[in-house]
Order: sequence, then structure tokens, then C-alpha cells
Amino acid sequence: MSEIEIRKSKMVGKQSIIFHNPPCIIAASSVAGKKEGEGPLGPLFDIIFEDPLVGKDSWEEAESKLITDAAAKVLQKAGLKSKDIRYLIGGDLLGQLIATSFGVEDLEIPLIGIYGACSTMGEAMSLGAMMVEGGFADRVIALTSSHFAGAEKQFRMPLDYGNQRPYSATWTVTGSGAVIIADRKYANRSNGEALILIKGVTTGKIVDYGLKDSMNMGAAMAPAAYETIKQNFEDLNIKPEYYDKIITGDLGYVGKNILLDLLKENGYDISGNHMDCGIEIFDKDSQDTHAGGSGCGCSAVTFTSFILKQLREGIWKRVLFVPTGALLSTVSFNEGNSVPAIAHAVIVEAE
Amino acid sequence: MEYLKAFLVGGAICGVVQILLDKTKLMPGRVMVILVCTGAVLGAFGIYEPFAKWAGAGAGVPLTGFGSVLFKGVKDAVDKEGFIGIFKGGFTSSSVGISSALIISYIASWFFKAKMKS
Amino acid sequence: MSNEKKGSVSGVVREPDKKKRNENYNQYVKQVTPTFSIWKNCLKAFIIGGIICTIGQFFINYYMYIGADAEMAKSYNTLTLVFLSILLTGLGIYQKLAKFGGAGTLVPITGFANSVAAPAVEYKKEGQVFGIGCKIFTIAGPVILYGIFTSWLLGIIYYILKQYAVV
Repeated sequence: MSEIEIRKSKMVGKQSIIFHNPPCIIAASSVAGKKEGEGPLGPLFDIIFEDPLVGKDSWEEAESKLITDAAAKVLQKAGLKSKDIRYLIGGDLLGQLIATSFGVEDLEIPLIGIYGACSTMGEAMSLGAMMVEGGFADRVIALTSSHFAGAEKQFRMPLDYGNQRPYSATWTVTGSGAVIIADRKYANRSNGEALILIKGVTTGKIVDYGLKDSMNMGAAMAPAAYETIKQNFEDLNIKPEYYDKIITGDLGYVGKNILLDLLKENGYDISGNHMDCGIEIFDKDSQDTHAGGSGCGCSAVTFTSFILKQLREGIWKRVLFVPTGALLSTVSFNEGNSVPAIAHAVIVEAE
Repeated sequence: MEYLKAFLVGGAICGVVQILLDKTKLMPGRVMVILVCTGAVLGAFGIYEPFAKWAGAGAGVPLTGFGSVLFKGVKDAVDKEGFIGIFKGGFTSSSVGISSALIISYIASWFFKAKMKS
Repeated sequence: MSNEKKGSVSGVVREPDKKKRNENYNQYVKQVTPTFSIWKNCLKAFIIGGIICTIGQFFINYYMYIGADAEMAKSYNTLTLVFLSILLTGLGIYQKLAKFGGAGTLVPITGFANSVAAPAVEYKKEGQVFGIGCKIFTIAGPVILYGIFTSWLLGIIYYILKQYAVV
């Protein structure tokens, strides 16, 4: 497999960037709820909260606490204080990003709030890597979160309402994931583990194939993943085998098959190396999560716990992390609009 | 015997609605509206009342029964009080259902908390 | 392009016209999205709905037994079913029943009561006036609005027909 040529410009193809001096993920943390802790990735999470309210009075405050703890944990793991961090880039699913705003208030780090729905982790890491490699920051935190109850209340029904969920419905993950992105000189190599680098990014466009089913998010987002992944292959002039794993955020069982079909139609077969965080985070049969996990937290906690572990231990060398987000609101949906989606890809490599 | 009728008729209405829920993308809120309005229309055509008399709670308990009661209330009020009855009869006949749901739900909010799903 | 099977992947990927592509995609998604067995769901709805109506019949008979007339017994039955369903909602049991029974819990008046109780309990955190007060009818509001409106509309027709001695 040929290496990518170093080009004069960092801009590659139509939507991608290849960094000349790839920034490094020097620390990561994952905070999750009870159901997530009981899933296949449970033992890998840094903190698990049994109480869905996390000791707070409302779901929204609980989600803020998840963010506060994820940020505190990632700083602790890096041996840093909040004043060492130049920017914090983050977002969540709640209106006006209140979980993030209240969650990071006390850290007093300059904040760049973003909304990418469930693709937020990809978007945050992309922006963080650009800022570090561009010399605009030495260390940044990229984080995101989601809470099942808060998301249900905002987008669907009050918790106690009795209704049935179809097979295609996904389960919003209660969790928060954070990474610190910095120049590689700040990385701690003492324990002999591989250095984790962000080699490049492919930023997604809004992709809307006219789906109007709010209970089938996987199908709504699969086209966005398809177009970003395809663009990544075309921009870099590579084949799927370039990556050990191509990891989507929360397409679930339904979206996964659609993505594979769409890419195959273009001559790209990723059935051998595709993975989906929504599928990995829950055990479908014992946890009754229908089509899989979803939410900003889904891709974030899976990335910071499982994916980074595989890279650090040398099981995988290079992955394309491409979480997807559905950019609808209750208003847009009620007004009869379809579900537009987006996918942000990050090339992560172990050295 | 009437228990059997209640079970079969009530169950059948629910079974048919289940098909509606599964085959179409109708949300529960819309389905409830369709049921109530259908009941009111069937009541207006004089179909629902004899049906309810025969099937008992099997026709009375479902929301279609609620809709039929709404119309009957309006009809009785119009018979008794004329024009103003059109505005009076609906809420009067549904008063027990609506106020009990409102009052008991509010009182329930004093004692219960929203439960996280698992 | 036009001889691509409607609803196939190639009809999605190779279709240059966005509108047609979207139509093809919707068809394709319908085909590849699995659903739970519809007959199993119907049976479960039938059983749960039937049981709730039978319980209702039991209450109606009981109230008549202790002296109420038919209309009064129906009102007491409504009150009882509403109370029980809100109690079960608060205890977290109604939701489990609804997951199993689907339409069996949505169709009876118990579904209506649950749809008022659920927001009341959930929005407590946003305050009495702006939380519970504003949002208690989030789900049930349409039922009341369109129920009252429909009966009003039919009432007007009835009134007019009555004026002309048709009814």
C-alpha cells in the first residue's frame, strides 16, 4: 500500500486535509451511564454512573455533570490543569448546547461551541487538530456528550409515556467522551505505547436523500457517511484497504447495511473493515436496543475507550473515524421536512 | 358472556389500530386523534351507540367510544338548549374523562418522578 | 437510467435527478429496513386491549351492582380506569405494558390518561406554571382539540338539519 505523497498544500482533493505535522491525541476519557456500563465496552470506560440523574435534579444538569467529569478526567490523565488548555471545542444534542455550556463553565477555558448532532466528536476533533497544526493552539480539548432521558424529552416523548419503538429505532447513549489534542512534543511516551496521531480530516457536507422517518436515523444518516467516505477515498486516491477499520458513529444495524450497499455500488467494498460504534456499544439481544446505540456520546465514548485502546496496543494501525449526525429539529420535522445528515471523518493513526 | 364480548371487541379494535401503527408511519398522537374523530362521526351517523350497547365496554373504553360520547353530548345539548348546545355539549359529556386525567395526573406529579428507561 | 429497478441501490447512486433519487432511496429503505412481526404485534395488542376493556366491563357491572344507573356507572368506570392507568404510569408499570401491547394500551382511554400523566411527571423540573402547566397537554392536546372540534362540527350539521326537520 503506497503512502500519501507530501503535497505542498495541506488541502487535498475537494474536502480533505492531510496535516504536514500531525497533531497527537495525548489523553482521552470516557464517562458513561448504567446501561452503557452493562454493555460489551463497559470495562473500558473510565467512569460509570449508576444513577441516571448523576446526583443532580434534572436530566440536563446530569448531562452537564457527565461533561464536567469527562473534562476533569482527561485533564487528570494528561497531568494537566484547565489553564494549560488553549481552547475547548464541544457540543451536545440539547437546544442551545446547554449541557456543554453549563458543564464547562467552571473550567474557564475559551470555548468554541459547535453543533453536529451525533457527528460532533468528529467535528470537534477535526477543528481541534486544525487549530493545533495551524499553530493557533498548543493544546485543545475536544468533547461531546448525550443523555438518553434529555434526548428523549427534547426530540421524542416524555419518559413515562407508553409507546412502542420500531426495530429501526436507536437508543441514545448516556455518556461523554473527551480528548486532548496537542503537538506531538507534549505526548508522554514513557510507557512504550504507540503515539496516536490525527493524520488528516475529511469534512462532510449536508446530505439529504429525502427521508422523513424520525424513527429510522440509521437510514437518514447512511447517505452522509457514504458521501464523506467516498470523498475521502477520492481525495486521497486510496482504496478501502488503506484503513484497518472504517468506523461510523451510529448508523446501527439498519444504516450499516445501507452504507455497505451504497459504497459497493461505487466499487468500494468495506464489508471487511467496517465497524459501527452504535453496534459495538450495546449487546442487541440482552439489552433490547433494537437497531443500536446513537447520540453524540455513542461515538465519543466508543472512540475514547475502545478505538484508542486498539490503536495504542498496535491491534490497528490506521482507522477512519467517521461519526454521522442527523441535523433535524422537532420544528423542522413537524413542518414536514426530511432529515438532513452530515458526516465528519478523521484519519487516526498509531505510530 | 358480556365479558367475552368486551374482550373480543376491544381487542379487535386494538388489533386493527396496531396494523395502522406498524404499516404506516403514524405517530401515536395522530392515531388517538383519528380514533376520537372516527368515534364522533360514527356516533353522528347513529352507528356507534347501538354498537356500544351490544359490545359494552369493548366499544365504550376505546377512544372511539370517547368520540361517540362527545357527539352524543353535543346532540343532547342541542335538543335541550338549542344553538348554544353546540358549544356546551362536547366538554360537558367528556368532563369526567378530561378533568380526572388532568387532576389525577397533576396530583401524581407530586409523588412520582420520571423514570429512566432501561 | 430509467430502466433501473425502482428502489434498488443503483437507482439511488446513479440517478442524477435529486428528486427521483430521493424517491428511489425512500423505496429502497422501506425494502431493507426490518420490522418486528406485524402479526405478533397485533396479537399482543388484541390481548392487552381486550383485557383492559374486560376490566372496564367488570367495573361497569360492579358500579351498577352497587346501585348506579347505566350512565353513572360508565362515568365511574372512566374515572377508575383513568386513576389506575395514572397510578401504573407513576409506578413505571404502564410503560412496560405499552412496550408489549402497543395499540392495546394506546387505544383505550387509559392511553389518553397516560399521555397526560407522563408530561406532568416529566416537566415538573421546569416549574409548576411553565413546566407542568404549559406542557401537560403536549401529547393529549390534539385529542381534545380535534375531538371537541369534530363534535362541534357534527353538532352544527345536526342543528341545521334539525331546523329543517330532517332529523
